[in-house]
Amino acid sequence: MSKSPLIEVKNLKQYFPIKTGLFKTEMLKAVDDVSFYINEGETLGLVGESGCGKTTVGRTLLRLYEPTAGEVLYEGTPVTDKNIFSMRKKMQMVFQDPYSSLDPRMTVEDIIGEPLDVHKLYSGKGERRDKILHLMELVGLNAEHATRYAHEFSGGQRQRIGIARALAVDPKFIVCDEPVSALDVSIQAQVINMFEELQEKLGVAYLFIAHDLLVVHHISKRIAVMYMGKIVETGTADDVNYNSIHPYTCSLMSAVPIPDPDFIRGRQRIVLEGDVPSPLHMPSGCPFRTRCKHACEKCAEAMPPLTDRGNGHMVACWVK
Amino acid sequence: MEKEYLLSVQDLHTSFFTDSGEVHAVNGVSFNLDPGEILGIVGESGSGKSVTAYSIMQILESTGKVVGGKILYKGDDLTKWSSKKLDKFRGKCVSIIFQDPMTSLNPVFTIGNQIEEAIKLHTDKKGKEASDRAAELLSLVGITDPEKRLRQYPYELSGGMRQRVMIAMALACEPDILIADEPTTALDVTIQAQILELIQELQKKIGMAVILVTHDLGVIAELCDNIIVMYGGRICERGTAREIFYNPKHEYTKGLLKSIPNVNNMKEKLIPIAGTPINILNLPKGCAFCARCENCMKICLDQVPVELSINENHKASCWMNVKEVFEAEGGKK
Ligand SMILES: Nc1ncnc2c1ncn2[C@@H]1O[C@H](COP(=O)(O)OP(=O)(O)OP(=O)(O)O)[C@@H](O)[C@H]1O
Ligand SMILES: Nc1ncnc2c1ncn2[C@@H]1O[C@H](COP(=O)(O)OP(=O)(O)OP(=O)(O)O)[C@@H](O)[C@H]1O
Ligand code: SF4
Ligand SMILES: [Mg+2]
Ligand SMILES: [Mg+2]
Repeated sequence: MSKSPLIEVKNLKQYFPIKTGLFKTEMLKAVDDVSFYINEGETLGLVGESGCGKTTVGRTLLRLYEPTAGEVLYEGTPVTDKNIFSMRKKMQMVFQDPYSSLDPRMTVEDIIGEPLDVHKLYSGKGERRDKILHLMELVGLNAEHATRYAHEFSGGQRQRIGIARALAVDPKFIVCDEPVSALDVSIQAQVINMFEELQEKLGVAYLFIAHDLLVVHHISKRIAVMYMGKIVETGTADDVNYNSIHPYTCSLMSAVPIPDPDFIRGRQRIVLEGDVPSPLHMPSGCPFRTRCKHACEKCAEAMPPLTDRGNGHMVACWVK
Repeated sequence: MEKEYLLSVQDLHTSFFTDSGEVHAVNGVSFNLDPGEILGIVGESGSGKSVTAYSIMQILESTGKVVGGKILYKGDDLTKWSSKKLDKFRGKCVSIIFQDPMTSLNPVFTIGNQIEEAIKLHTDKKGKEASDRAAELLSLVGITDPEKRLRQYPYELSGGMRQRVMIAMALACEPDILIADEPTTALDVTIQAQILELIQELQKKIGMAVILVTHDLGVIAELCDNIIVMYGGRICERGTAREIFYNPKHEYTKGLLKSIPNVNNMKEKLIPIAGTPINILNLPKGCAFCARCENCMKICLDQVPVELSINENHKASCWMNVKEVFEAEGGKK
């Protein structure tokens, strides 16, 4: 039997109750029956338009939200309320906004040391300090920064502090939610390289959520594309980018701004028509059918299942 | 006689007077704009892109002031205009799409109120005509059910929709110049594509000139005839899109292009620009980029580089391009 993947997500659902009237509550299906896996030391990129449920997948996976249904397995063991405390030593999250996700009144040392304290990962003050300095070195921060406050740092440096904190417990898996989008372009590359180097050195796996499709393609081995709470296409980064099959992925890829004038001026964009449906009133069948130019009767009847188009390239579409 | 441009910014200096002293946000920016031209402005965060745009619109905060230079609109220096004349100019001749759509829509008025107001202010359309035009503009920016949307308030719309409302308002009177300050950052690539298509269409149809400020080099590559690269409140390089992308001559531009994924080899390692962005309160004496430049020479620390023509479509302000200097410094390359 083959070894189980590091992370396996099975039929995960996250429904939020939304008050839509005085006595009326409706369910917003932020994540609706999502399954995927991530192997040790691997990066899975997660893309899709704003509001499609990427952050919710990451948060539910780490049980920051109680899932409505479905399962998350870590090396084959289900993650539950009971074992989540110890699981947090293996699974961590880096948040989108380096400006608001760190307490500005804490020193760098305290921010990075907090998870060490929580999980009691040292035997004395000296060891605690050594660990903190080692983590700071890993992410490229100077030892002399240790006693300074988070608000004294630039965006790129704060993002490093957040990452050092996530690494403190020596995790095998990190959810990175838009970790570079708040950074200046010239600083993004520093942080992306650091993620890659840490993966080579420590073998961490990432779920990498971002809206910059070039960055996701660069860093990911495989990519999953979400549309309104569902995964509509997944496969190797190259397959999803160069051999897109799902009509949504195709329009997405055709619109990626490519920084190459000769290339991009010859390209034909597939501009989508129609508006994004409200997540509270999802269309029947395939959620993309209201904007899809290939939609047929069948698309309105039932949600297409993900089927393998070869090489593990999975697509959920009745027509394509 | 000198050529008259639609817009000519000449040696613009804009400062903010704050508690910590004078912030030199823009330090000598010059460029010209022709009708129908799409000019892209890229650059480091804090390099003065938005402040340049606000100076043209004359909508700086009260602490900000144009302290030097001229801004000629069809040959007439608008820094000398009365506020009444400027009111007419804004909206009718030049309009702006702001970086942050939430702060620029009024939360207590419906979308319809606000667009119609803009239409009534700058055209002679009234009543039903104005509201029809408002609905037409909304569908133009890809919002379905425009009649229904017009009756809604800003908070009832998603970020992307609010951004499109802003764009509809800016286009309401078909201005000569559209300044778009990061018009699509809040949008998904699919919606972004829709908006960019629209801007291009209008530029072709009514000959509108566009100043497009963005950090997205892909968007710049696709849309812009000419590109300006800014660093530390100055223009460090300018040229046609092909020149800037394929023949960059300033060390910051080179660094910027290397720090994004290479589309021909996605797995190639990124090369970041070293160091941290400059502190504008503490600008170096010479080239603003000197502290992060790996080829920095002695002269770079002391003297602001002169702008040198690389060819007729391309200029850069980097001492590396001045042959005599480069050789005198021992050609450390
Ligand atoms: N705590 C919550 N309560 C109610 N609804 C929520 C909550 N969190 C998210 N949602 C809704 O769930 C949907 C998915 O949101 P989510 O933040 O996961 O999207 P996303 O893909 O991360 O978007 P973005 O790219 O804009 O960050 C949205 O419709 C959002 O409004
Ligand atoms: N109201 C203000 N008071 C003081 N300084 C200001 C003010 N507005 C802008 N600045 C400063 O002027 C400089 C230029 O700012 P500007 O907003 O033009 O940058 P930008 O190039 O648009 O950056 P970004 O890409 O982040 O939008 C910055 O250093 C900024 O801190
Ligand atoms: S299933 Fe139908 S509606 Fe959905 S993407 Fe495929 S063709 Fe379009
Ligand atoms: Mg999110
Ligand atoms: Mg700006």
